[in-house]
Amino acid sequence: MSGKESGYLDMELLRFTTAGSVDDGKSTLIGRLLFDSKAIFEDQMEAIEKASLRSGGEDVNLALLTDGLKAEREQGITIDVAYRYFATPKRKFIIADTPGHIQYTRNMVTGASTANAAIILVDARHGVLEQTRRHTYIASLLQIPHIIICVNKMDLVDYKQEVFEEIKSDVEAISSKLSVKDVRYVPISALVGDNVVDRSKNMDWYEGPTLMYLLENLHIGSDINRDDFRMPVQYVIRPQSKDYPDYRGYGGRIMSGSLNVGDTVKVLPSGFTSKVKTIDLFTESLQKAFAPQSVSVQLEDDIDISRGDMLVKETNGHEPIVSQDIDVMLCWFNERKMIPGGKYTLRQTSAEMRCMIKSVDYKMNINTLENDPDDLEVNMNDIVRVKLRTTKPLFYDSYNVNRNTGSLVLIDETTNETVAAGMIV
Amino acid sequence: MDKYQINHLKELEAESIFVIREVAAQFENPVMLFSGGKDSIVMFHLARKAFWPAKVPFPLMHIDTGHNFPETIKYRDDLMEKTGARCIVKYVQDTIDQGKAVEETGVNASRNKIQTITLLDAIEQEKFDAAMGGGRRDEEKARAKERFFSHRDEFGQWDPKNQRPELWNLFNGKKNMGEHFRVFPISNWTEMDVWQYIYMEEIELPSLYFTHKREVFQRDGVWMAKAPFMQLKEGEKLEMRDVRCRTIGDVTCTGVTLSTANNLQDIIQEVAATRVTERGGRADDKRSESAMEDRKREGYF
Ligand SMILES: Nc1nc2c(ncn2[C@@H]2O[C@H](COP(=O)(O)OP(=O)(O)O)[C@@H](O)[C@H]2O)c(=O)[nH]1
Repeated sequence: MSGKESGYLDMELLRFTTAGSVDDGKSTLIGRLLFDSKAIFEDQMEAIEKASLRSGGEDVNLALLTDGLKAEREQGITIDVAYRYFATPKRKFIIADTPGHIQYTRNMVTGASTANAAIILVDARHGVLEQTRRHTYIASLLQIPHIIICVNKMDLVDYKQEVFEEIKSDVEAISSKLSVKDVRYVPISALVGDNVVDRSKNMDWYEGPTLMYLLENLHIGSDINRDDFRMPVQYVIRPQSKDYPDYRGYGGRIMSGSLNVGDTVKVLPSGFTSKVKTIDLFTESLQKAFAPQSVSVQLEDDIDISRGDMLVKETNGHEPIVSQDIDVMLCWFNERKMIPGGKYTLRQTSAEMRCMIKSVDYKMNINTLENDPDDLEVNMNDIVRVKLRTTKPLFYDSYNVNRNTGSLVLIDETTNETVAAGMIV
Repeated sequence: MDKYQINHLKELEAESIFVIREVAAQFENPVMLFSGGKDSIVMFHLARKAFWPAKVPFPLMHIDTGHNFPETIKYRDDLMEKTGARCIVKYVQDTIDQGKAVEETGVNASRNKIQTITLLDAIEQEKFDAAMGGGRRDEEKARAKERFFSHRDEFGQWDPKNQRPELWNLFNGKKNMGEHFRVFPISNWTEMDVWQYIYMEEIELPSLYFTHKREVFQRDGVWMAKAPFMQLKEGEKLEMRDVRCRTIGDVTCTGVTLSTANNLQDIIQEVAATRVTERGGRADDKRSESAMEDRKREGYF
């Protein structure tokens, strides 16, 4: 293992989120992944051992590893999104750990927003519950590219294949109604370790991969939209120095697609076009850049461009939609309920503007997956379809095509809180 | 990995640059905290990348506890000179002299708590509305839930119940008068990522990070460096050892590691094989299980 050649520097990054009802074994599973991949250090282990003893447990409780804040520790619940890290020689993993309580839809939405994959836990003894339906729905709403259904606690059902198969077909019945692309099923025991990192000797009938194998090998190369070049301008770089008197770079992160020096790009909202003169990343001058790189782009022509504008390329006729009226699936995050006709600050890519909620079309009943056009009061954790009118044109792609240019948040103008997350239809 | 993919370090870099640019765009008077430790060195390197060929459009700030390794200060001054960046230095000693805080006494005395007061004072004085820090979520359990943009009330306090959800690439830095934000651009990096990145980018580090002979003693299972302002307890004795630092903080509460690693490759190997977290070497975290969390609420980095 010596540095650059060892492949150490050649790892991919995979972000995943975990969901499950309380006591399905989520914390145990994460603890197991961290433990088996050796991301738990001795001093942490010692602290856990001590804490396990204090709370009266006999065995070391791996779940304690993932419990965060003091108040929560005392209540014995986790109430927010917490991030964990581990790595194998192949990939670095970021886990967005979200709790399974009914009232915390918003946490799962938050964790899901950047995830490549979702692990949804199902307790083998209980089978598919309302929560499973809700978690699968949120994963599909947020367009998480890969979903892994882990049927946990197989040790408590004698590792029976029928139990696994029945749960699998129940989930298939749900997912067939949703737009999910890639769903996998793994029978596991988080406690014992079956099929988490090591293959289970108790389930010969299962021929598929272990959970860790899946995490290491899911094809994530096409999780980002590779076709449509979109780069929101974040910051205009103008050194005005002796060495760089005329440098004018548009700093931003490429949200999708790729860009070459010499390409013709269009600037939104002005509609002017120009050619790419340079693409810089520090002292490196690039010929080509692609999502998710952060770069600085210079154009051939002097055009007035500022934060909130977007550089785009038209490919296969795909250009962002420009409109002041949008349909959005909205997840409400705040204790103060949504005000119909209310005005909020809207943030999408690097653009910010005001908007008004014109109407609520329906509320999603995420337990039955049915639309309810009559119950239109929007409370925390509700998912609704709304029509928004913005004060100036928004340029976007539909969320299903582009997660980065099709997403938005609403901000309360009096409290400054982020009150809702939206996916543009 | 196909040709349209980047490795995990490049992806972390792109994310951090995005966050740093967001700070420069959303705030009027941001500052970047600089301790001379490897995390803040990496963070500053990322800031230079974010705005190149322009200079970093905000100052750095060092909260100087006065309990430094001299190498750290020299490194800081050289780096500022080389990059043309501006570094504001605020002294914990001044806070003590002004009577705003009372120095802890005893063998385990540390200036960590007072450091918070110096920092909050400086933020108020200089009217900074965002302070970027090199905190990472993998450091400690209480940090695992920290946001990139962490809202602080007018007392500089952090309320774990009142943090804004962060989704996709959308960061909300809106605030009322008197409030400010702490921003953590390298939230998603682990200790290993930091070392690998330093190696990949060939970033120069203070010599303290590499093996050297030093007089050390053991306290509560942690090796500590001898320093003029440290008192030895009974039974503790000085020995000359080959050591290196895993973090560089206040000398009074930062442990050193026995090691003969004299280059980055060896350090990376050591980190990969190591069985103790970085913070395991920090006496200030050992005080109680919730030590870090309590200090965070009060406004510690
Ligand atoms: N028998 C068995 N028990 C499990 C398994 N996974 C978790 N548990 C137990 O189920 C309980 C709840 O687990 P925990 O991880 O705290 O659930 P969470 O609420 O989803 O985080 C604990 O008592 C675990 O020990 C498993 O695979 N088999």
